[in-house]
Amino acid sequence: MSSQVLLGQLLIGLINGAFYAILSLGLAIIFGLLNIVNFAHGAQYMLGAFVAWMGMTYLGIGYWWALLLAPLVVGALGVLIERLLLSRLYKLDPLYGLLLTFGLALIFEGIFRHLYGVSGQQYSVPAALTGGRNLGFMFLPNYRAWVIVAALTVCFATWFLIEKTKLGSYLRAGTENAPLLQAFGVNVPILVTLTYAYGVGMAALAGVLAAPIYQVSSMMGSSLIIVVFAVVVIGGMGSIMGSIVTGLMLGLLQGLTKAFYPEASNAVIFLIMALVLLVRPAGLFGKEA
Amino acid sequence: MKRKSHAAILSGALLSLMGGPALAQGPAKAAAPKAAKFSDDTVKIGVLTDLSGLYSDLAGQGSVVAAQMALDDATGGTGKLLGKKVELISADHQNKADIASSKARTWFDVEKVDGIFDLTNSAAALAVQELGKARGKMVVVTGAGSTVLTGKSCSPTGIHWMYDTYAMATGTGSAVLKEGGTSWYFLTADYAFGHSLENDTSAVVKAKGGKVLGTSRHPLNTADFSSYLLQAQSSGAKILGLANAGGDLINSVKQAKEFGLTESGQTLAGLLVFISDVHSLGLETTQGMYLTEGFYWDLDDKSRAWSQGFFNKHKKQPTSVQAGVYSSIYNYLKAVEATGTDDPATVTQHLRSITINDPIIRNGKLREDGRLVHDMYLLQVKKPSESKKPWDYYTVKQTIPGDQAFRPLAQSECPLLKK
Repeated sequence: MSSQVLLGQLLIGLINGAFYAILSLGLAIIFGLLNIVNFAHGAQYMLGAFVAWMGMTYLGIGYWWALLLAPLVVGALGVLIERLLLSRLYKLDPLYGLLLTFGLALIFEGIFRHLYGVSGQQYSVPAALTGGRNLGFMFLPNYRAWVIVAALTVCFATWFLIEKTKLGSYLRAGTENAPLLQAFGVNVPILVTLTYAYGVGMAALAGVLAAPIYQVSSMMGSSLIIVVFAVVVIGGMGSIMGSIVTGLMLGLLQGLTKAFYPEASNAVIFLIMALVLLVRPAGLFGKEA
Repeated sequence: MKRKSHAAILSGALLSLMGGPALAQGPAKAAAPKAAKFSDDTVKIGVLTDLSGLYSDLAGQGSVVAAQMALDDATGGTGKLLGKKVELISADHQNKADIASSKARTWFDVEKVDGIFDLTNSAAALAVQELGKARGKMVVVTGAGSTVLTGKSCSPTGIHWMYDTYAMATGTGSAVLKEGGTSWYFLTADYAFGHSLENDTSAVVKAKGGKVLGTSRHPLNTADFSSYLLQAQSSGAKILGLANAGGDLINSVKQAKEFGLTESGQTLAGLLVFISDVHSLGLETTQGMYLTEGFYWDLDDKSRAWSQGFFNKHKKQPTSVQAGVYSSIYNYLKAVEATGTDDPATVTQHLRSITINDPIIRNGKLREDGRLVHDMYLLQVKKPSESKKPWDYYTVKQTIPGDQAFRPLAQSECPLLKK
């Protein structure tokens, strides 16, 4: 394979990796700070795409507004889920949270499949981002270039928020010792709710980014979510930087596999996950409990 | 003592699992010739399809609706045939051959189903046809495409009703080659159907002096095709042959447009395209594409009249798979009525003796290898400006008579044929 084609494959892998990064970051935040395994993440990604599509079809709301509104709408739904359902499970085994979110995912996907089928709705690339440029070694659609920029910006902003700001320090303190933080007068339950909503909002944002290029269908989340979970496990559940870096790395690796042996492109991530769990159970960037 | 009994239980279980199917085969085979004319006094039909996955729009619930229509029409709305009750059940095989297999086994052995229909997804269809062959039961495949069904895996009570990958390759492949598409790159779904379609189309391309420059085999249900499209572009092939279907096809076409494949000089050839796919993608993206189909709702007055009935119930125009489910079940029930029995061998023999002409199948003749040979149509997707009403998507370019569309009997690899 020529170096030109290889370079193109690596760039595509990087773009897919940016998708994995933004999704696994949302999951990592929710797990790291809330100890909830949010299996509904894929469904929330799907909801984000559908909200964008519905906004376009029924209300004439364009893509750029959808980038802002869809995460807010789905985030609000996340607040409802957390307040009404998840908060009752914190004192129990984390397994219950997993089961609940898994059930929610099935419900959401079932509803949308019933309403819209599986062939997908049409959502076009926004006018400003159509077309592309010939980079010499490949043709890069402008929209894909935008995806990588947007995803990395959001990831970096989130990392900065959590690691470098006061709000972020409250979140991190809440993970380590919630009662103590509450004793200092910080409203921990609200913090937890907002954190869940933020993670969900990130999934929805990924959904809006995906709508023009992937199918906006009820099934779009289910195929992606398993891979994203593998990414989070490899990176280390709860490590913010870990999930970003791992997402990008695995996107690259998957891109290379697609170039040389595409039949294994789905399996390679799980192969790596198995190896990592054998050698470093806490994940590549995780802290040993 | 304890360990021994555990081992005994385990090996007992294993033996019964292995012996079960073998034991079940025995009595079933012995019973068949001596059975009453109507087994259990009922004609029970099962529709086994993809109700929730990537093929559920081209088959799915629409197939069940079509099946019920066929039942109503064949029994004149009474639900009874020659005084015997006709029952319809359906299930979701989720595109998994093992689930299809175990469901079919339950249906044949426990629920006394006489025939299984639809079977969209070639892996599921092949698995169930094997079972049908062993049990001597009817298996009528409408939704799957693999030519192995009437080749190495043919069954005396198995029928391949609507389309197969050979017809797709011959119809669409020939049309594209005639327009100058002489070098091909394939994007193939990595399972039985994709392989079958890629092989059959490659054969057509090479036979007409074209070249196959490469292939990418992707897992079923892939979301992102950018890597494969990049490889296709760098191959320099004039045609990108899409040997996939349903959701995979839709994603491939959408992303091929995004990556400017047409601008860089490559044409897409969708080798298995259903009207549900075109409906989802829109005419803007699919215009000009050639495709081969066994049924189009807007073909003539007969097809339009029947399709209106389907549309009233399902709110969408029928795909050829859904129409095929109607046609196969209707003709099956009519054959049961004509022969006065639901014995699979007798019914199949009767179906071979008649010419099938209904709103869906034209000039249909059932062959010894299970292939239903009938008229196929070469269609081209209209430009958006040419479409005058909802679902008005195709121009009929050519009617391909059955003996030209399907693999000649002489070339069939079916072991049942006396050579």
